[in-house]
Amino acid sequence: MSEPTAFKYVSHKRRVREDRRFVSGQAVFVSDIAPPGTRHAAVLTSPYACARIVSIDASEALAMPGVLAVVDGRELAAATNSLLIGVDAPLVKRYPMAAGRARYAGEWVAVVVAQSRALAEDAREKIRVAYEELPYVLDAEAAYRPDSIPVHPEHGSNVLLDRRFVWGDVDGAFAAAPHTMSYRVKWGRSATVPIETFGVVASWDPWREMLDVWASIQMPKFADQIARALRMPMSGVRVHQDVDVGGSYGVKRGIKHTVLAGFLARRLGCPVKLIEDRLENMRGGDMHGPERVFDVELAFDDAGLVHAMRMRAIDNVGAYAGRSPLQLGKPVGAIVGPYRIEAVAYHAIAVTSNKTPQEAVRGFGQAPTNYAIETGMDRVAEALGLDRLEVRRRNFIRADEFPYLIPSGTTYDSGDYHAVVAKTVRHAGWESLLAERDRLRASGRLAGIGIASCLEPSGANSSFEPLLNPKNTTTTWMESCRIMVDALGAITLTIHTTSAGQGHETLAATAAGEALDLDPDRIRVVRATSLESLPSNSPVGSRMAIMLGGAAYHAGHKVRDKLVAIAAHQWGVAPTNLRYRNGGVEDPNDGRALEWMDLVLIAHRHYHLMPPGMEPGIAVSHILQVPTGGGLPTPDGRIQMYPCFSFEFHLVLLSIDPEIGKPEIHRYVVGHDCGTVINPDIVRGMTLGGIAHGLGAALLEEFVFDGEGQLLTQSFMDYLLPSANEVPQVEIVHHVTPSPHTVFGQKGSGESGYLGAPAAISGAINDAVRPLGIRFESLPIRISAIGDAIAAATEGQP
Amino acid sequence: MRVDLHVNGGTVGVDVEPRCTLLDCLRDEIGLKGTHAGCEHGVCGACTILVDGEPARSCLMLAVQADGHTLTTIEGLSPGPGELSVLQDAFCEAHGLQCGYCTPGMILAAHALLARTLAPTRADIVAAISGNLCRCTGYGQIIEAIALAAERLRGANVGMGGTRR
Repeated sequence: MSEPTAFKYVSHKRRVREDRRFVSGQAVFVSDIAPPGTRHAAVLTSPYACARIVSIDASEALAMPGVLAVVDGRELAAATNSLLIGVDAPLVKRYPMAAGRARYAGEWVAVVVAQSRALAEDAREKIRVAYEELPYVLDAEAAYRPDSIPVHPEHGSNVLLDRRFVWGDVDGAFAAAPHTMSYRVKWGRSATVPIETFGVVASWDPWREMLDVWASIQMPKFADQIARALRMPMSGVRVHQDVDVGGSYGVKRGIKHTVLAGFLARRLGCPVKLIEDRLENMRGGDMHGPERVFDVELAFDDAGLVHAMRMRAIDNVGAYAGRSPLQLGKPVGAIVGPYRIEAVAYHAIAVTSNKTPQEAVRGFGQAPTNYAIETGMDRVAEALGLDRLEVRRRNFIRADEFPYLIPSGTTYDSGDYHAVVAKTVRHAGWESLLAERDRLRASGRLAGIGIASCLEPSGANSSFEPLLNPKNTTTTWMESCRIMVDALGAITLTIHTTSAGQGHETLAATAAGEALDLDPDRIRVVRATSLESLPSNSPVGSRMAIMLGGAAYHAGHKVRDKLVAIAAHQWGVAPTNLRYRNGGVEDPNDGRALEWMDLVLIAHRHYHLMPPGMEPGIAVSHILQVPTGGGLPTPDGRIQMYPCFSFEFHLVLLSIDPEIGKPEIHRYVVGHDCGTVINPDIVRGMTLGGIAHGLGAALLEEFVFDGEGQLLTQSFMDYLLPSANEVPQVEIVHHVTPSPHTVFGQKGSGESGYLGAPAAISGAINDAVRPLGIRFESLPIRISAIGDAIAAATEGQP
Repeated sequence: MRVDLHVNGGTVGVDVEPRCTLLDCLRDEIGLKGTHAGCEHGVCGACTILVDGEPARSCLMLAVQADGHTLTTIEGLSPGPGELSVLQDAFCEAHGLQCGYCTPGMILAAHALLARTLAPTRADIVAAISGNLCRCTGYGQIIEAIALAAERLRGANVGMGGTRR
């Protein structure tokens, strides 16, 4: 950060305190945890897309030495409650293992517990399951038809969500517009695929009636859901949140894993460990991301201004619903992107199919929606023969229009899109970028420039829950922080969730240190178990800089206020007349001062010196409501979704070898405005990582099923994650437009990069192949698809 | 089967099943949990260790194949409790990680590179870590961390440290 900063610690380069334990191999991931007597579980999965489970014979497995138990889905379902789902579909029951009917290939059918994982896997092979194959449905549009085979016959159809919203005079705008267009784009089924799979260790203490859980999770209301499913009081489930999580980016929900392990631990009276192998993770980990088809219509004028949009989005969520259908809801809060589109009709459809279930993926549905909108901006420019950059500039919300209310009811907090674009274009050298593209073209390669400008809604609320599920009236999604100052003056700050690489310990210490005007390195940060925790909703939806940072700052201020009140009482003056600095309090009138330890001593030892009525000791907490949150949707579906909106602007130059179709990225520049940056290294890492992740979604990654519902890409040999060879050097251009809703002006950045990279890369490829009359309208755009399309287009040419 | 493994400067004798991978042996028999399982089919590199100084996938080796060989895991790079090698410190300085799961393998791959050359080009660094997948960082700060370590080591009068004797 080269910008001057008003802060002492915030925005300054400071090391990320978590890093030391990771670089030394001293982190504790769930697979490193093994309480004495731990036994190991391995799951048996269905080989069919849909089948009735006729019988399960585990006798041979149970006879093997070292095998403790085999449990099937019926036994588990009888002893547990159905897992919660996000939408109103009570007959779409979901248990960790199939009970009677398996609904996708890879679904858990039975589990073996044995002395070792290897023994459990050996025994798994001895279980004999008789199946009766049943008809299945894989395609979303086929599943949506009323006559489709229902994945859940009790539910009666495959439709989990089918909502039409109209915000503004859409039909009028279309009737009045001189131009309209329609297009279809598809977002392929991919996911975040962390390098660490899901894992859980559950241990039951029958004397204390306590279920201890260590899990690789990132899940709001995790303990709540485990307790409900296991029919236990929430106070009987103790989730240890000091487990290091090896990547998540949304998907590590682990509910079914933990319910199964918790059930087994109680039934068998020993700790049970369930760590997915990669195959289990890919097929049955229930962590696939959106598979979404968009049909979009735009109404626009001669200048390229888009006045109205109709969007139909249908998502194939797979065999069961967790929170996945809600991923159609979050984009409502940024449905017009950074543009002044005045009226929108949105039709959101989620259907079940006999595929692996989805889970939340980075951006919670926003990246596909951004891809659909950005494709439209390119198409409008193309239709009118205008420059793509200019069309975006004309449609952008202007800096003087904030706060800006979009048609679907959300007010964007702040931004200066024109400034970020100007800065980025200047940094990249637009003219030289064009010249380089033309030079590449002249050399015989196909070359193109891609552009994407998009928003990152941040500070996650759960407003999409009441929006899409009328039975859910949740209006808070709070986050908390507790600070204690001990009798020797040391500070311990507690956070109440797991984290997976986002640097929350560094974040909380920095925010509290700023409030306390003390070096953050003096602040110890610990993670409470769920029983000792204040309310938290976990690091979802780019919220922790805003929510944990905010809670830590407010808690720090409460400590500060207490110390000032103690000092004021000693001197018989009003607290407002005193100055707090470096942990001590001064009276500017006469220079009197009490240092940190003087004040701490009074609070801990000298009640007789404390202001009357003040609690002794120094222990404060702050529970932060999401800024701007608290409302329910209007009947026509308008709602304030998230409070803060970061902006990013991507510019990509790539070229393609026409013989093999392989794209090579020559230049990648991103303009990024997430308000005040708290830790520059963390924000930069998130941005670079998000772009790499987006590159995967654009070019490489897809969970491909064959016509019989078998997952074809189930290892890292065929589901391709970008390596250091594929990811280009990325230049980041910073801009800071503070948010008015947050303590430092910060916004979110955890999803940045991923939200715009797929659209930008797709745009660059389409710019490159346009001279051949080719257009790619679905992601990922694989090398093979590019090569085949070029070959077909140039067939017969010399 | 009885195997003797020379790990991080010491020798450990263990009894393992012939089918036990070196990865599982290091983690479960010897207790070196810093080596991680990612894909267990040799693609992701999370299980990377050094075998006789060269990066190797411990998930693709059986423990019995390592009998008599010299192994270095991430635990062997720290000069002492609470101390970091120059390379480990550079990863902290550049924040060349996020969740930390791939980090031990990444650092060992980089350690092997810097043992060969202290003047790696960016392409050399990319090639050295191209067999190690990271899902968090997009590699940018990892590459910077390794370049920073090389720069510091070039200007230093100490060796790379690590591989405690």
